Amino acid sequence: MNFNAVVVKNEKLAENIYLLRLKSEKISHNAAPGQFVNIKCCDGLDTYLRRPVSILRTHGPENTFDIAFMVRGKGTRILSCLKEGDAVDCIGPLGRGFTLPEKGERICVVGGGIGIFPLLYLLEKSAGAYKAAFLGFRSGGLVVLGKDFEKAADQLIISTDDGSFGEKGPVTTPFLKYLEKERPDRVYTCGPAPMMIKVADACNERGIFCEVSMEQRMGCGIGACLVCVCRIKHNDDWAYERICRDGPVFRAEEVIFE
Amino acid sequence: MDLTVNIAGLKLKNPVIAASGTFGFGREFSEFFDLNLLGGISVKGLTLAPRKGNPPPRIAETPAGILNSVGLQNPGVHAFVRDEIPFLRKFDTCIIANVAGNTVEDYCRMAEILSDADIDAIELNVSCPNVKEGCLIFGSTAEGISKVTSAVRKVCKKTLIVKLSPNVTDITEMAKAAEYSGADCVSLINTILGMAIDINSRRPVLGNVVGGLSGPAVKPIAVRMVYQVSKAVKIPVIGMGGISNADDAVEFMLAGASAVMIGTAGFVNPYVWIETIEGIKQYMEKHGFQKVSDITGALIE
Ligand SMILES: Cc1cc2nc3c(=O)[nH]c(=O)nc-3n(C[C@H](O)[C@H](O)[C@H](O)COP(=O)(O)OP(=O)(O)OC[C@H]3O[C@@H](n4cnc5c(N)ncnc54)[C@H](O)[C@@H]3O)c2cc1C
Ligand SMILES: Cc1cc2nc3c(=O)[nH]c(=O)nc-3n(C[C@H](O)[C@H](O)[C@H](O)COP(=O)(O)O)c2cc1C
Ligand code: FES
Repeated sequence: MNFNAVVVKNEKLAENIYLLRLKSEKISHNAAPGQFVNIKCCDGLDTYLRRPVSILRTHGPENTFDIAFMVRGKGTRILSCLKEGDAVDCIGPLGRGFTLPEKGERICVVGGGIGIFPLLYLLEKSAGAYKAAFLGFRSGGLVVLGKDFEKAADQLIISTDDGSFGEKGPVTTPFLKYLEKERPDRVYTCGPAPMMIKVADACNERGIFCEVSMEQRMGCGIGACLVCVCRIKHNDDWAYERICRDGPVFRAEEVIFE
Repeated sequence: MDLTVNIAGLKLKNPVIAASGTFGFGREFSEFFDLNLLGGISVKGLTLAPRKGNPPPRIAETPAGILNSVGLQNPGVHAFVRDEIPFLRKFDTCIIANVAGNTVEDYCRMAEILSDADIDAIELNVSCPNVKEGCLIFGSTAEGISKVTSAVRKVCKKTLIVKLSPNVTDITEMAKAAEYSGADCVSLINTILGMAIDINSRRPVLGNVVGGLSGPAVKPIAVRMVYQVSKAVKIPVIGMGGISNADDAVEFMLAGASAVMIGTAGFVNPYVWIETIEGIKQYMEKHGFQKVSDITGALIE
């Protein structure tokens, strides 16, 4: 579970957004969409904890997998400086991923910001489904992997908050418009909580299968410390469940958003 | 080479124990290494009734450590006995049940239930900084510790460990109170009350505002407390707080600990417990110790 992955390439996708390709046979062969790796950014005590990052895709034959991330603080800044050949201590693949669609089903993914990354892997692994992708970004400069999403999806709608690329406004607007006319079999969403809440509510109202990928600060990343929880319905009650192990992907109807 | 230690009747195959709250009930880490290798496991803190725990975020990273505010989320002592002991008993390692209560009666009731269960020791958590009721109240005064320890002693048929809080003026007074009231052993330290603020949102990072500090940042404080406590009492001391490797573990033993617990470091290195056992062996070889118990208190002053 604890592997030294080796950096194959580190590519800057946009200002502060990077794609790392890492070589690890174990991780690349065992991963599934929605799962993540927990990375030790450096040996010292400054960034003490590991950082969870979703798996963007795997390349089986090359024994590699990709992650994409935004520089948010100390840990991700260190990751952004990695060079080809550097070793990276990764635990993974971790967590419960998305339920893949059946052949012939119509699916939608709705992603915002860094939440788009696990959705690309899902689209690429959903062969035989009809796929619509709705992606939202703050501005045009932050739009990344557009070509990859275009290839992976049958239909791609991009929106930006400032209108500098694609439609202007939140990504939920074109998605909700789509739901007025279409009824997808499955909807998957990952991104900021307000966006996921809108998507989840819309699907729950219509009885559409919807999965959300949750995010929370983690301690162990494997389910032992009970640090990374979110509220999940249990009959008439609720319980805190672990995002790292019981998730990060949950059924939208089960989640009680804070 | 003899790695075994006998702590007031609790026989450990080696002095390395997983610390409560950082190891769950062993299931997750069993996917990384063979739990048979451990000296013992102190399970996630138990309460009489199940507890939901505190709102997230429950963790903040700090220089060389973490703050946590889990708030004793656990399935309750009955579910532990029913669902977790059978799993843990598959391994040849000591099971230490860590318990926390709101009242003296809570502690006694749990000690009764657990005395009839298949576990090896009971660790009274009188020092959790993350719950508002009970618990820390007992741990912050010698009277509180005496009250709960002597009441539990009457009903407890297992080795009784009292886990001390560092959030007190004089921890040796707390240790003496535990010893006087019938504890077989004391363990220290629990986490140190701390806080972190996100300066951009101007809000506390933790959902519960304050939390407990652990990890390498607390180690010097913990070593000092283990040193002072082991001089103040005759019962054995289990030391913890920021241990990340065998060198750290040996440091605690030299300061007077008979065994050590490791918690936070396992979040970063899931193999820390077994690497520490190996490293202690190497230290013994290098320094000519035949018995690991000879390291305890072997500090040269
Ligand atoms: C399951 C999961 C998958 C993720 N996938 C991706 C991804 O594919 N791409 C991506 O860019 N980001 C992803 N993130 C978010 C990423 O983990 C944080 O951006 C990162 O930890 C920030 O670390 P830092 O050292 O740069 O920031 P700092 O602010 O210096 O970090 C301090 C502490 O806070 C934690 N932390 C800070 N922000 C977050 C956050 N948003 N979520 C969780 N912990 C946080 C860090 O892990 C660290 O413990 C994911 C998070 C989770 C939980
Ligand atoms: C996430 C977390 C949860 C904890 N939960 C408990 C608990 O339930 N009961 C308890 O006695 N101590 C608990 N502790 C304290 C640890 O057992 C230990 O005393 C402390 O973390 C210091 O050791 P360390 O630095 O090796 O982690 C917890 C610590 C952490 C980090
Ligand atoms: S991070 Fe430890 S349980 Fe999820």
